[in-house]
Amino acid sequence: MSRELTQAEALREALCEEMRADKQIFIMGEDVGPHGGIFTVTKGMFDEFGGERVRDTPISEAGFVGAALGAAIIGGRPIAELMFGDFAAVAMDQLVNQIAKARYMSGGKVKAPLVVRLTIGARGSTAAQHSQSPHAWFMHTPGLYVAVPSTPADCKGLLKTAIRNDNPVVFCEHKKLYFVKGQVPDGDYMTPFGVADIKRQGKHATVVAISIMVNKALAVADKLAREGIELEVIDPRTLVPMDWETIFKSVRKTGRLVVMDEGCFTGSVAAEIASKVSKECFDYLDAPVERVCATDTPIPFSPPLEEFVIPQEDDLEKAVRSILVGAACA
Amino acid sequence: MGVCEVLKDGDFVTSTHRGHGHFLAKGGDPKLMMAEIMGRETGYCKGKGGSMHIADISHGIIGANGIVGAGIPIAAGAALQLQMSGKDGVVACFFGDAASNQGTFHEALNLASLWKLPVVFICENNLYGISVRQDRHQNITNIANRAIAYGIPGEVVDGTNVLAVYDAMARATKRARGGDGPSLVECKCYRWLGHHAGDPAHYRPAGELEAWKERCPVKLFGERLIDNGIIDEQQSKQVLESAAAEMLEAQAWAAQQPWPLPEKALEDVYV
Repeated sequence: MSRELTQAEALREALCEEMRADKQIFIMGEDVGPHGGIFTVTKGMFDEFGGERVRDTPISEAGFVGAALGAAIIGGRPIAELMFGDFAAVAMDQLVNQIAKARYMSGGKVKAPLVVRLTIGARGSTAAQHSQSPHAWFMHTPGLYVAVPSTPADCKGLLKTAIRNDNPVVFCEHKKLYFVKGQVPDGDYMTPFGVADIKRQGKHATVVAISIMVNKALAVADKLAREGIELEVIDPRTLVPMDWETIFKSVRKTGRLVVMDEGCFTGSVAAEIASKVSKECFDYLDAPVERVCATDTPIPFSPPLEEFVIPQEDDLEKAVRSILVGAACA
Repeated sequence: MGVCEVLKDGDFVTSTHRGHGHFLAKGGDPKLMMAEIMGRETGYCKGKGGSMHIADISHGIIGANGIVGAGIPIAAGAALQLQMSGKDGVVACFFGDAASNQGTFHEALNLASLWKLPVVFICENNLYGISVRQDRHQNITNIANRAIAYGIPGEVVDGTNVLAVYDAMARATKRARGGDGPSLVECKCYRWLGHHAGDPAHYRPAGELEAWKERCPVKLFGERLIDNGIIDEQQSKQVLESAAAEMLEAQAWAAQQPWPLPEKALEDVYV
């Protein structure tokens, strides 16, 4: 059985269920308390769990992200919420030099079971410091797991896995998806890390799409299907660990790959996927791997500028058509 | 030593890039510490942490830290966990004069004072941030005054007087355990050597080091014990010799320990 929930509701369900089951779990961040978070994820949780466990913090990202690590090292299971992923930069030392390395530097004697939830993506003219998709920063930091859910069901299942995992997890929630609804299974379930979801089977080209780009890829796949072009759409769901085998298997079948990611082009998650596939599937590729990413610019304010910079369905369609030139589809 | 002597099992310390003393004072094993400093498989962190990252959670040592000031919010977080789980432990958070200029210092003191966390902030003011003397890196002399900004007690003590440090720490710890929140204790002291091995420390004015060496805390404490008839000269000498012998033995033991297998570098990234 399932119900229809928004992403925000699904995330809240995961948080509440886990916090009821384990008293060591608490959440802290800016405006998560009585206000319920600016994207409403923690709405009502202050009333149920109280201000100790649904803890408003000062605007002090390095302070409370660092505090999450201190609590985790000695037995707590904190969840830190960064209102915007852009603000991770303010806490970057704690994320990169402290949280990611605590276990390794101790020779495996320390655990840091914490989740840093943050928001990614452009949501309409919030400009360069509130619109970034910085998940590549964290994929490039050994010691962190990185989740990038695209559906309410995966938000709930992956967040439960993140909370119960003994490693630090950066959990990237797309702002534009918070109020998008989807079917969410009833009851307690966990979505495993490192298992991609093949959203649509196809034979002519593979599209690996990240976070909200999954929805755009599925829309393009619907459109092209009417011309007999069958795209296989894969949502990796977690970037670390990455389900490489599912991607390789798909590309070996289709011979073509486009990676679609809202992160900017250079040094991106898409670049890493393209690189690995180019090596592992070299003999199977019938065209160069294409990347559809944000441009290598800060995210601009003005709507037409923002739309130009963020990867759109048209951009994916063009990329797919470019690698299918001369291919026999239908 | 004056700080850690106050602490009990169930208390924690966070340390700095200069953390060997804190480590030993909190109960760390010198042999395993030396093996870690030498990068050996049997070191505390299997050779992956080294001098700047020694941790031993079994002794409450959350870890040394290579980033100046980064341990301060971590200490606040450990104190938060102690408070939320109803334990009466405290966290002693060591850092230096230069770290008090980092944002993390101010963020952590704000959090800890706001939430009345059981943490004692210990500033070892050794007068230098690498080569930059305190009067060239901040416009104050007493870092303890920064406590005023957070509504918590701040106290300056002579860091070369172990009993003065102990007394200040005892007061601050009592307050923390009693639920009254953090304190800032500034210990005035001095770094005898350069910032790192091989630093000739030419930035010091002539005579400064020699003056501070006269105030060697070990020497001063020994003299005080003798003056008060608690030990005699012979016993004082024996204590110092036995401590030196213990460290030399640890060093010799560590030098015999095996190197880690290179591929062990791939382990311990994740649980």
